[in-house]
Amino acid sequence: MIAITSIDGTIEGGLDERFGRAKKIILYDSEKQNINVIDNKLNMSASQGAGIQTAQNIIDAGVKVVISGHLGPNAFRVLNAAGIEAFAASNITVKEAIEAYRNGKLIKLTGSDVEGHW
Amino acid sequence: MKKINEIVIVSGKGGTGKTSLTAALASLFTGKVMVDCDVDAANLHLILNPEKVVRQSDFAGGKKADIDPELCTKCGICLDACRFEAISPDFVIDPFMCEGCGACFALCPHCAVNITEGTAGTWYVTDTGNNERFVYAEMHPGEDNSGKLVSAVRNEARIEAKSADIGLVIIDGPPGIGCPVISSVTGTKLVIVITEPTPAGVHDLERIVGLANHFKIKTAVVVNKFDINPGLLNKIKDYCSLNNLDFIGEIPFDSAVTEAQRAGKSIVDYKSECGASIAIKDIFKRIELIIGDM
Amino acid sequence: MKIVFASGKGGTGKTTIAVNLAYYLAESGKKVQYLDCDVEEPNGHLFLKPDYDNKTAVKVMVPSVDLDKCNFCGRCSAECRFNAIVTIKDKVLVFQELCHGCALCVRICPEKAISEEQREIGFIEEGSTVNGISFVQGVLNVGEPMAVPVITAVKKNFKEDYIRIIDAPPGTSCPVVKTITDADFVVFVTEPTPFGLHDLKIAMSVAINMSKLFGVVINRDGEYPPLKEYLDQEDIPVLMSVPEDRDIAEAYSRGELLLISLPGYRDHFKILADNIMKLTGKSL
Repeated sequence: MIAITSIDGTIEGGLDERFGRAKKIILYDSEKQNINVIDNKLNMSASQGAGIQTAQNIIDAGVKVVISGHLGPNAFRVLNAAGIEAFAASNITVKEAIEAYRNGKLIKLTGSDVEGHW
Repeated sequence: MKKINEIVIVSGKGGTGKTSLTAALASLFTGKVMVDCDVDAANLHLILNPEKVVRQSDFAGGKKADIDPELCTKCGICLDACRFEAISPDFVIDPFMCEGCGACFALCPHCAVNITEGTAGTWYVTDTGNNERFVYAEMHPGEDNSGKLVSAVRNEARIEAKSADIGLVIIDGPPGIGCPVISSVTGTKLVIVITEPTPAGVHDLERIVGLANHFKIKTAVVVNKFDINPGLLNKIKDYCSLNNLDFIGEIPFDSAVTEAQRAGKSIVDYKSECGASIAIKDIFKRIELIIGDM
Repeated sequence: MKIVFASGKGGTGKTTIAVNLAYYLAESGKKVQYLDCDVEEPNGHLFLKPDYDNKTAVKVMVPSVDLDKCNFCGRCSAECRFNAIVTIKDKVLVFQELCHGCALCVRICPEKAISEEQREIGFIEEGSTVNGISFVQGVLNVGEPMAVPVITAVKKNFKEDYIRIIDAPPGTSCPVVKTITDADFVVFVTEPTPFGLHDLKIAMSVAINMSKLFGVVINRDGEYPPLKEYLDQEDIPVLMSVPEDRDIAEAYSRGELLLISLPGYRDHFKILADNIMKLTGKSL
C-alpha cells in the first residue's frame, strides 16, 4: 500500500508538498486498486511533532511506501525505523504521483530534505 | 488554472521595514492575495485596512491544566510531579507557568485535574476592496506562535487564490529565524530578505540566508536605510555577490516612511515621488522580472 | 531592583535604551548588572562589549530508554503530549528537541525502563564591561525551539544587591511573559506609529494582568497624537522620549553606545532613572 499526501483527498487533486501538515493522506492499495482517505486535520493543528504523528498514523495503516513533497528529519526517522520507503514529488496531482512511482520516475529519499520545525 | 507562486518577505531582526515594504508591494502588484504571517505583531492590516471580514476562525492553542478544588485532597503528588513550578502550595495552577505536559493529570489519584485547550488566537480572511483578499491572524499574549498558525493562515490564502484563479500570494513573514519563519518560507518560490546596515542586521541576514539556502529557495536581498552606514552596506553587497544572492535594491533613510505609516498608508500611496518610493518601485520591477521567469 | 525592558514589536530600540541606561547608572557609580534574556538574538553585547570570564552550558533533562527492560507497550508514546517519544514494533525513538522535560514518561513507564539524561541546548556567558557593569547573556543554540530554560538560567545568575537591567525578547510570547514574571518594574519601548501603538497595547496587557508597575519609553518620537492620547487616557506614565535622530541610527549602526557618541542624551537617561525611582519608590 502507498500513502500520498493530498490537498483535497481526491486522486485528481494536488499532492500536498507538506508531510506533517498535509490536509489528507490518500492510501492507495496497488493490488486491489482502491483508495482510502485519512483525514490529517488533527495533525495540521498539532503544536509540535505533526510529522512524527503523521508518520505514526501511516505506519498504523500498514503502508510500505510514502510519496510527499518534503520530509523533515523527525518524520523521516520514524518512517525509516518502520522500514517505510519515502519518495519525493512536487507540483503534481496524486494520480500523476502514483503513475510516476510505478514507472520508477520518483526520487527515493535517503534522508530528510527539509529542516524540522515544531 | 494558474499556478500559484508564493513570495515571502522576511527580515530576521524586527523593525527593519519589512511590513512597510510589504504594504508598498501590495499597492503596486495587482491580482494577488496578501498574507500577514507575523502573527505576534500583526501590523499589515493597519495599512491594508480591510473593508470587511469574509470569514474567520478561532485557533486552538496550547493545553493547560487546572485543578478542581472539590476533588483535590491536597495529597501533593502533582506538586512533586510538576517540573515547571506551575502548581502553588495551595494547589492552584498558574496558566503562564503550565506547559500542558499532563503529568499532574496522568498522576492525580483523585481525577481532580482537567486539561483544557484554550484559543491561541483568531485568523481572518478579509476583503480590502475591489474584491482583493488579505489573510491575517492575531495571537493572544502569552501564546507561542508556532508553525501551525502560519500554516493555517497560508492555507487560507491558497484557498482564496485558487478559488479566484490568482497566481500570486505575497506573505509578510514573521521576524526571527525560528519555527514560524521556517513555516512561512517552505514551499515559496522567492524569499525577499530586507535588512539594514547595522551589526545585528548583517548577522541576521546571514542566518536567514542560511535558512533559505537550506530549502533551495531563490533569495533576493533589499537593504533599508542603506545610507546610514556605507561600510556595512558594502559588506552586505559583497556578501550577496559572494553567495549568489540577487541584490534587488536599496531604500534610503526617509522620514516619509514613518509619516506614511502614521497616515495609515503605504509609502508609494502616501508620497509616490519620495526617495523611498522611487527605490521601492524599482524593487517592484525587479521582483516582477523574477516572477516572470518562474 | 529588577527592571525588565520589553517591547511589543521588534526594532523599537529596546536594547538601545536598556544598554544606555545600564551605562548611565554605572557611570553614576551604581552597581549594575545587565542580563540579556533575548536569547535567540542577544544583541546587548554588541554595545556593552564585555570581557567574558565564564561560560556554562545550559542543559535540559530528556528521557533515555533501556531497551532490555522495555516491553514496547507504547504507553509513553500515548501519554506524551509533545510527540517526543515514539514506539514502533521493537524500537523506541526519542525526539530530544521536542521534549519539554516533564518526565511524565519516566513516571508512568510500567517497566521502569525510562531514566533521564542531560542535553545541552545553549549556554550562559558572564563577564564585565570596562566601566564595571556585570554582564550575563544567554545564547540559545540555532535550531533549538525552547528558549525558556536558557532564560531561566540567565535569571539564576543574578547578583542580589545590583540594579538588574533585563533585556526581554520582543513580542508577547511565553518566554517574554516568563521574563516579566518577577520584575519590579517593566519598561516598554515603543515608537509613535500605528504599528508601535498596536503592539504596545498587546504587550502592556501582559504587565497589567500581572499587576506589574510599568511605564513607556517613546523612541524616535515624532508627530503621532494617538499614542499620547492613549497613554493619557489610560494614565500610563511616559518615562522618557528620544527624538527621531539620524545620528542615533548611525551610532547604532556602528555598534556604539549613544551616551558615548552623543553625550548630549545623558539628561534623557537621568530623567528615565528618576522616573523609575519615583514610580517604584525605591532608589536606584
